[in-house]
Amino acid sequence: MSAQKDRWVSSLVFLLFCACSIPRSGSASLQQEPSPQHYFSGLEAGKASLAFFTPSVSPGAQPFLEQIESSAEALQDYGISVVKVNCPKEDVSRYCGKENALRKAFLFRGHRLIREFPTDALFDVNSIVSNVLFALLFNEVKYVETLADLENIENVLKGKSNMVFAYVPATGTAEHRAVMEAAFVYGTIHQFVLTTEAALLKATSLDDPDVSSAWLLFCHCQQATEPGQPCRRTALAQPLTLLNIHRHLKLMGAPLVTEVAEDPEKISTVHLQLGLPLVFILSQKETYEADRRTAEFVAWQLLGKAGVALLSRDLVDLNILHRSNVALKTPDEGMPIQYLVLEDTDEVVTLVENKNKVKQIQEDEQEEEEDEDEKENNNQDIQDDQVVEAVARDKKRELPLEQILVLTEENFHSSLSEAARTVVLFYASWEAVSLAVLRSYCEVAAHLKGTPGVLLSQVNCWDWPGLCSQENVTQFPTMRIYREGQQSVTYGGMWGAEELSSFILLSQVSCPLKLATVDEAEGYLRGEFPSELSSQHHTSLLGVFSTATSKAREAFEEAGNILSGHIRMGMYFEDDALALSQKYSVYPPALLLARSGGRSVEGIALSKHSLQDMVQMIRYQLLDIFPEITVPNLPQYLQLGKPFLILFSAGDISQVESKEMLKLAKGRPQQEFVACWLNLKKTPVGYGILRTYFSTTPSLPVLLWVNLHVGGQVFKFPSEQSITEMNILSWLQKLQAGLEIPSSTLSEEDWKPPLPAYNFLQMMEHSVPQLSPHPGDTPAQHPPKGPGGDTAGGDSASREEPSQESTAEEGASPGRGLRGTAPRMAARDKQGKRHSEL
Amino acid sequence: MAPAVCGTLLGLALYAGSLCATFLYHDYCVIGAGPAGLQAAYFLQRAGRDYIVFERSHSPGSFFALYPRHRKLISINKQYTGKSNSEFNLRHDWNSLLSHDRRLLFRRYSRDFFPNADAMVRYLEDFASLLKLQVQYNTAIIHVTLEKNEQAWNGHYFILTDQDRKNYKCSCLLVAAGMWVPNVVNFPGSEYVEGYETVSINPEDFAGQTVLILGRGNSAFETAENILGVTNFIHMVSRSRVRLSWATHYVGDLRAINNGLLDTYQLKSLDGLLEGDLEDLAIVKDKKGKLHITLRFYLENRNVSAGIDSITLPQDELDNFATRAPYDRVIRCLGWKFDFSVYNRSLRMMPGKGNIKKYPQIKPSYESRGTRGLFVLGTASHSVDFRKSAGGFIHGFRYTTRAVHRLLENRHHGVPWPSAVYPITQLTNSIIKRVNEASGLYQMFSVLADIILLRENATAFEYLEEYPTGILAELEMQTGRKARSGLFVIIMEYGRNFSGADKDVFYYNRAVGEAQHAWQSNFLHPVIYYYKHLPTEREMRLRPPDWPLPRPDAIHHIVEDFLTDWTAPNAHILPLRRFLENCLSTDLRNFFAELCFLFAFTHQKLPPSCQQGYMRMQGLVGSQELQHHAVQAGLLQDYTHTDFLGDRPPDSHDGSQERLMRDQGIAVRPLQHLVNAKDEL
Repeated sequence: MSAQKDRWVSSLVFLLFCACSIPRSGSASLQQEPSPQHYFSGLEAGKASLAFFTPSVSPGAQPFLEQIESSAEALQDYGISVVKVNCPKEDVSRYCGKENALRKAFLFRGHRLIREFPTDALFDVNSIVSNVLFALLFNEVKYVETLADLENIENVLKGKSNMVFAYVPATGTAEHRAVMEAAFVYGTIHQFVLTTEAALLKATSLDDPDVSSAWLLFCHCQQATEPGQPCRRTALAQPLTLLNIHRHLKLMGAPLVTEVAEDPEKISTVHLQLGLPLVFILSQKETYEADRRTAEFVAWQLLGKAGVALLSRDLVDLNILHRSNVALKTPDEGMPIQYLVLEDTDEVVTLVENKNKVKQIQEDEQEEEEDEDEKENNNQDIQDDQVVEAVARDKKRELPLEQILVLTEENFHSSLSEAARTVVLFYASWEAVSLAVLRSYCEVAAHLKGTPGVLLSQVNCWDWPGLCSQENVTQFPTMRIYREGQQSVTYGGMWGAEELSSFILLSQVSCPLKLATVDEAEGYLRGEFPSELSSQHHTSLLGVFSTATSKAREAFEEAGNILSGHIRMGMYFEDDALALSQKYSVYPPALLLARSGGRSVEGIALSKHSLQDMVQMIRYQLLDIFPEITVPNLPQYLQLGKPFLILFSAGDISQVESKEMLKLAKGRPQQEFVACWLNLKKTPVGYGILRTYFSTTPSLPVLLWVNLHVGGQVFKFPSEQSITEMNILSWLQKLQAGLEIPSSTLSEEDWKPPLPAYNFLQMMEHSVPQLSPHPGDTPAQHPPKGPGGDTAGGDSASREEPSQESTAEEGASPGRGLRGTAPRMAARDKQGKRHSEL
Repeated sequence: MAPAVCGTLLGLALYAGSLCATFLYHDYCVIGAGPAGLQAAYFLQRAGRDYIVFERSHSPGSFFALYPRHRKLISINKQYTGKSNSEFNLRHDWNSLLSHDRRLLFRRYSRDFFPNADAMVRYLEDFASLLKLQVQYNTAIIHVTLEKNEQAWNGHYFILTDQDRKNYKCSCLLVAAGMWVPNVVNFPGSEYVEGYETVSINPEDFAGQTVLILGRGNSAFETAENILGVTNFIHMVSRSRVRLSWATHYVGDLRAINNGLLDTYQLKSLDGLLEGDLEDLAIVKDKKGKLHITLRFYLENRNVSAGIDSITLPQDELDNFATRAPYDRVIRCLGWKFDFSVYNRSLRMMPGKGNIKKYPQIKPSYESRGTRGLFVLGTASHSVDFRKSAGGFIHGFRYTTRAVHRLLENRHHGVPWPSAVYPITQLTNSIIKRVNEASGLYQMFSVLADIILLRENATAFEYLEEYPTGILAELEMQTGRKARSGLFVIIMEYGRNFSGADKDVFYYNRAVGEAQHAWQSNFLHPVIYYYKHLPTEREMRLRPPDWPLPRPDAIHHIVEDFLTDWTAPNAHILPLRRFLENCLSTDLRNFFAELCFLFAFTHQKLPPSCQQGYMRMQGLVGSQELQHHAVQAGLLQDYTHTDFLGDRPPDSHDGSQERLMRDQGIAVRPLQHLVNAKDEL
């Protein structure tokens, strides 16, 4: 399309050059003349020039002079020179002497003054060019004011030449200039008529025209002979620009119907060159006259929109259907000619108009789509999953997997029997979370290197799906500890190296561990027994049972299976169990709890004996009263479903604060909140929390009340008050009474998709081609496609076509080959019989 | 005495007669111990069902004992794929049946890429015996009829009669009898035509002969291949143009292994291909025993009894008629059809219409259109996907047989379709796992689909494997599973206009590399359809032509991959995740524990991965290196090095973090566009 535009722009420029009677003179477009004498002596007959006179000592450039200077180049294209004449001081001639002459421009042809222009008529380049040309083309462009004038001109022209009738809302406008420039070129061929009368415009057009915009009609008066009838008119549908007028006149000048006797593929007419479609009316000798009339009728309807050609089929060997009567060739290169069977001339017109409309829409859409593409390209294809991206960035690093045994379907079972305990990590080598865990697992392997009785191994479920499903691994990753002769234990904790190591180490001893003597039991509570675990700082839990209380013991043992690897659990049920428990002032069945780091041992009487209660109770007992909240332990405290009273501290909290908080926490046995603290040094993400709450980090330490579960309000303990039990309690009362204003509220936002997906459904639906008017006919008309024509990214229409071809192929194929070799025979054969079913 | 003896004899006869009248009953009867029959028997056996397989011959796979005549199977038997994934490897093992027994993999029976048919016979024998399948040999079912009974599963029993007039009664009949009746064309002179079934396979018998082969399937080309080197020339005539399997992507079309004749034809080495309707053909034998091709048209106008001389040959009128040279032999290789003759009319076993008339009419559930409780398995069930997928071949029907078994388990034994329930965080993973290894989806592309049924609030989903797409609308009834909150259907597809007999499948830029153009992928690739509601029967019927499923609410194509390895994080998994996220309206990203911790303190709701991982104490802590990478990618903030000083206003460093929390875009990495690689080499 753009190439075509270029083509005819250049042809127009060429035309204009030819029209120029005088070649450009030098590079300076504005001539200077030292004096009026000089100027007038240099004037040549027949040559037009626009002159303005200025005093040699100018008081400063007048604004209109700038405009005149810039229009000089445009006027030069029409052979009009623009001259600035300096008036000597003493000169009192006609042009220099009078004061008001200095505010005018003068148009001369030769020595003759044609027109003087007041400077206010020359306000810009358009007005200068249009007015000057208007003056020069006085004969070529008739100005009319009434309908009668117009009709007179029309009548005079009939049978002689055509008329171009233009309406412009005002002279001196861009449209006026375009009409005048066109008249300069075509004035000798067509009669130009101009008006600025809105009434005249209304009288000449059928429907209510917009008087504020220019209008151009081409009146075909040359062919009109009847005096009473007005000439046929073809309006210019595009805005009035020189290019559009040129194009329009060119189209009007082209023959109404072109007669064609060659391959339509090879034909090119002015219409195609100008980017318009060409309609072929397929004719035969017998119907030639009728076809010609049809073609002319259609051509009049399509004038300015499409070209019409009359193609005689007798002269051209076309491989098309007999029924086809119309063909459409579009200017787009590479588009095959469409052959159609149409019934009505209206269909032809609609077809062309729709084509143009569709094209317009497509062009608009393409622009829109480009915009959309840009919009949609907003990082949709950029990874925003931190785990996936981190693993992807780490994939080049070789993992230290030497310590980890690779298990396969073949060696899985044999390997399990080799070590007392085999830790197996089931993962999928393509899955990011698995690979992240595998990295931690490598750290564990390095850490546990040399630990006796522990074998670390891995199974890649991408390699061995059968093994994984047989082991009932449904999620990646899964870590399991297989112990000889016992049920395997599946890990259910955080996927950090530390947590994994501790789980593996704790799993070394059975859970619960049967203790044989009181000494062992005491050692166990001190964390000294068994020696394998002495390096581990874990809370120790000892169940003390008298033999009679076997139901509680069974539940405890089962709880041990569930909690295995997460805590140390011991069990003592010898005869002196009573003595042991009484030491901690409880009676069996009871739990003795020795917290890691703490000295004291708590005794807890066991009242409920169901497994569920037992597990829940143990879990609850393991929670601290005033814990330090960390990334791994937060979920345990969140599960309590209570608000948090949390002290953010830059490092360890001071003894005083700790004591006060502990007092507060212990004071209420059935707390309605979780009192805790956070060490920002250890859990730096706390800074992120504070910044979300306060946008800046407040002075530390800061005590906050966070309603994590209901409402999400965050309250800040006044920083001017010291953190004491009393102060906090009274603050909490105020909170409860609703007297405090929350500092922040947790976001309630849902977790929506971070970015849109590719809308393939829409893309696919866009690609479904419009059904052609006669789908059955189309396949045979497609020219064979070159292999290069199909591209994967190509437009979908071209991708659709081959399927149609193939269906036609199937329908037409039976017996074709034989017939191709023996056409006469086969034709007779066909007449001779009908096919029967096999 | 004599009458008494007679009476006794009569009594014996009566006794014998009444014996015959008592039926041997089984819940399931399977006709045929070929691959499909044995496959069905395997699943019935594993499920502990009461079943019997009837086999006409003395051993399983009797068809393979005879065919293919030249003994070379054209189903590939790939020894090595570079992968140990057994499910994936089945994609390239077209001969094995499904079983838990790893001894029963076909590569243990033959090392040939295109194995000998004898290996198949041995394999099937072992399959039946190692798995102890209930096969009754030497039992040819010669008649099948119905016995109405309201108590019966399907309102009737199937009564089978064997060659010894012995009757068997079954509740459910699985027809795995294959296609063994040769297709025969009758035309004047067809008595001179030899059949594929009996034609000599010794090339020497063809030395110096001129041969015409009728038919254009693999058996025709197989026959030609065998004698290509010794004949004068071979002509092959058939109604349709040659369909090359590598262009149609249909394994039943002409395989490259047999296409030597195409080579010699196109290189003008005397052999040739012709299109023509065999119905129009006539063959006349001259005095020397040579066979001449003429048209039936000529014969109809003549007195047939008159000698060869009186018959017009095409070359009499058209002296350059293509097949004017006389032939020494004409061989018919026109394939097989289903044996309809044993089924009583009441069973309404009807041939299909058009190009599937050699198959019995069945529904997409493989149940006969005429009789409830009668299922067609194996090659004879190929009408469901004829010229599309692999349902007519072992590597396809081993999966459709399993699907039928699962349908039956649900219908008759209340065992719902096997499924697994996962948390929603595993959604992307489940799909990626299946599309990368599943063999049933891959072989039976567009016919079998994995179905994901979403649970309320999209927190969990149920995964069903290899369900027939044709009966999607009946899913709840057929599987016993509920589709209340929408579903995903995962299938594999070729590009819509890529395959065809006349298509150029080697054109430049045939492969799509960018994920955003995935919908234009040509080669087999996974496609995921999302429906808010289970499509209805009507929607299934009115689906667009060429679409295996009705218009979904959303669709996703995973871009085709040169290695069929769809595990690339950015090109495959990321766009899939975005699609799933947008269907479910949630955020399916993974987060490290630290970020979940932050979210727990700053958001009232948590993203699914934090909720189902971290909050259940299974957070992903992430090693130092990974945390570092995430920080570098701008997807995680490192708090350790910032903000020890306290009141520092949020600086530029916060930017990425805040953006992440607002669920907005992430820092653009300029090299991204360089990373997108096309698979085409």
